[in-house]
Amino acid sequence: MTPTLQIFLIVSGALFSIGLLAALSRRHAIFILIGIEMMLAAANLNFIAFWRFGPQHQPPTGVMIAIFSIAIAAAEAAVGLAMVIAVYRHYHTTNVDQLDQLRG
Amino acid sequence: MSSWIVTNLWLIPALPFAASLVILSLSNVRRKSAAALAVIGQLLALAFSILAFLPTLQTHGFRVVQNFNWFTFGEQTLRLGFILDPLAAAMLMMIALVGLCIFVFSVGYMAEDRNFVRFFAYLSFFSGAMLGLVIANSLVLLFIFWELVGLASYLLIGFWIERPSAAAAAKKAFVTTRIGDMGFFLGMLWLYNRSGTLLFYDGGNGCLESAGLAMLGASPAVAGFIALLIFCGAAGKSGQFPLHVWLPDAMEGPTPVSALIHAATMVAAGVFLVARVYPLFSLGAINGVTPSLTVVVWIGVTTALMAALIAVAQADIKRILAYSTVSQLGLMMVSLGVGGVAAGIMHLLAHGFFKALLFLGSGSVIHGCHGEHDIRKMGGLRRPMPVTFVTYAIGMMALSGVPFFFSGGWTKEEILHATAHWPRSHATYYLMLAGVVLTALYMTRQIIYVFFGNSRSASERVHESPRVMTTPLIVLAICAIFFSVLLTPAWPWLHTYLTGESAQFELVRLIQPMFFVSLVLVGAGIGFGIWMYRNAGAPERNRPAEIDPLEYAQPALFRFLANKMWIDELYNRTVVAFSWMAAHLSDWMDRYFWDGLVRGFGAIGQLFAIFTTSVDERGINAGVDETTAGARSLGRVMSTAHSGQIQTYLGVVAIGMLALLLLYAWLA
Repeated sequence: MTPTLQIFLIVSGALFSIGLLAALSRRHAIFILIGIEMMLAAANLNFIAFWRFGPQHQPPTGVMIAIFSIAIAAAEAAVGLAMVIAVYRHYHTTNVDQLDQLRG
Repeated sequence: MSSWIVTNLWLIPALPFAASLVILSLSNVRRKSAAALAVIGQLLALAFSILAFLPTLQTHGFRVVQNFNWFTFGEQTLRLGFILDPLAAAMLMMIALVGLCIFVFSVGYMAEDRNFVRFFAYLSFFSGAMLGLVIANSLVLLFIFWELVGLASYLLIGFWIERPSAAAAAKKAFVTTRIGDMGFFLGMLWLYNRSGTLLFYDGGNGCLESAGLAMLGASPAVAGFIALLIFCGAAGKSGQFPLHVWLPDAMEGPTPVSALIHAATMVAAGVFLVARVYPLFSLGAINGVTPSLTVVVWIGVTTALMAALIAVAQADIKRILAYSTVSQLGLMMVSLGVGGVAAGIMHLLAHGFFKALLFLGSGSVIHGCHGEHDIRKMGGLRRPMPVTFVTYAIGMMALSGVPFFFSGGWTKEEILHATAHWPRSHATYYLMLAGVVLTALYMTRQIIYVFFGNSRSASERVHESPRVMTTPLIVLAICAIFFSVLLTPAWPWLHTYLTGESAQFELVRLIQPMFFVSLVLVGAGIGFGIWMYRNAGAPERNRPAEIDPLEYAQPALFRFLANKMWIDELYNRTVVAFSWMAAHLSDWMDRYFWDGLVRGFGAIGQLFAIFTTSVDERGINAGVDETTAGARSLGRVMSTAHSGQIQTYLGVVAIGMLALLLLYAWLA
């Protein structure tokens, strides 16, 4: 079985759906972050896939985008974790159900 | 030294002004320092006046002016200045010397007054203003000092402000002189309009010099009107008929004030003003007669005779002197009007001395009689008050015009001489002769009532005044006698000094017809007075003691004169009644008409306000309230969707994305 674009897109779609499900349903902030990271990974997979099966696939154009994206994701994760720690220090919980200060 | 004061003439009025300011800042108990300051200020002013007087002796027709710019508006520059000429110098000497005597006298007379300090502040203020008036070289500057003098007069007449009569007299003086000043002011404006300058002398360009007079001479009628308007001011200040009514009432002030302001100096300011602007009056004169001068003569004659007649029937010692002052001022005006300017000014100066002497003498009498003013309740005072009696008699003879030894005699003779040669009418001359007789008569009556006969005083403790009061009397009496040395026709030094000629000694001129005429008239006046009043104050045949001999002989005439010819009543019925009615009409108009109008407009405004308030409350406010209530309830509903749960929001976003995706897929 030769790898095709469809297979990659199905995998990435699955990955995104799993990540979204995690971000929406988990109560622990860390797991939500992990879900977001998974959605980002799905996006990266899309980048690579579209690059690989696109009309011009010289290295390293698509890979560069992915590497940038991963770097940004790392930075975002660092910020996210720092926020989680700050939130925990303030509320003594990381359960997002109890963090409802934005309620109107 | 002397030229230094000539260029710094402003110092003379500045010194008493400065003294006045310092005294005003003193507390009410610093009596000694107040009196000392005032006297020292006046003494310095006298010293400077003498210094300024000396250079005027050296050259005939001496005249130095110091002009300066006051301010500039547009292309016009208002210039003021000071002048030193024989007229100003002679006035300075008289005012400073008489003023000094009166200041010293006041120290004794006012010794028991509560407001002693304030009194000396006012006196110094007056002295400064008066000294400034005589050296002003601009009609504007003269007017400024003129009004300051008027203010001082007002303050001093009403000095005993707790007496309603004093307050009323001060008000009357102020208002009456203001009527005259209105004319003065209009004349000044007209003069400026015509001649373009109000400086008297300005190196040939002043309004009294050839250039200014030539400009005015183009229309002599206008010049005459200007002169008459200025004369209105002079008439108000100098108590000329019909504006004389304030002067007798002004005797409500303390006696030194009456002596200084309302006899010797301020009331002479009107005569001085006419003398100062005399070229305006005599402009275009034919044979020395102009219409404006004729008016001056007749006003003067009327005033002189009327006041002399009224003086015969007055009972208040100061009122007699006040009417005598009015009468003498009329005499001076006549003299100026008929062309005897020097004679008029000489009489002014002589009058300043002897009338101040008489007033201070009356002050001494009043002081000795513990505040009694009525001559019918005095009598026999020559024994307890010898110094006052002798000096008073000297003043009386000077005023009556007893020839030879007394200054008033010579000046009166000169005036009669000038009047006799007036080409317009001889009636004035004969009326003046009658005035001389009347003057001698009322003075004789007064002196008999006060100093002769038996004492009718309610208080037995009549005493001579202290040294501080009698010394000025003696000084002034000596002045009144020795002043006549300068006045005799044999050596008419003052006359030539004022007219700018040189005096020659010629004994022959001493003997002239006028000398005998006045001798006879004065003798007649005094003789008639002695005969008439020989038993005044004592019962005689059918006449009770308190009835005046003239009243017994001519009751109707006496009543007419004693009531001051009912001029005050006439004014009360006409001028005062008119202004009272006008005031009430204005008051009524203001209260009901204008006030009603304003209230009506106010009511309209109020109605409109009520209308707009209801529109605002019921319409606009209600609409805004409804809108906000709606927005608030909507917000409450909407806010329930805001759970604050990030995951819910994220879910909504995901569902939205999915919906968009499905929409896209369906459309494609």
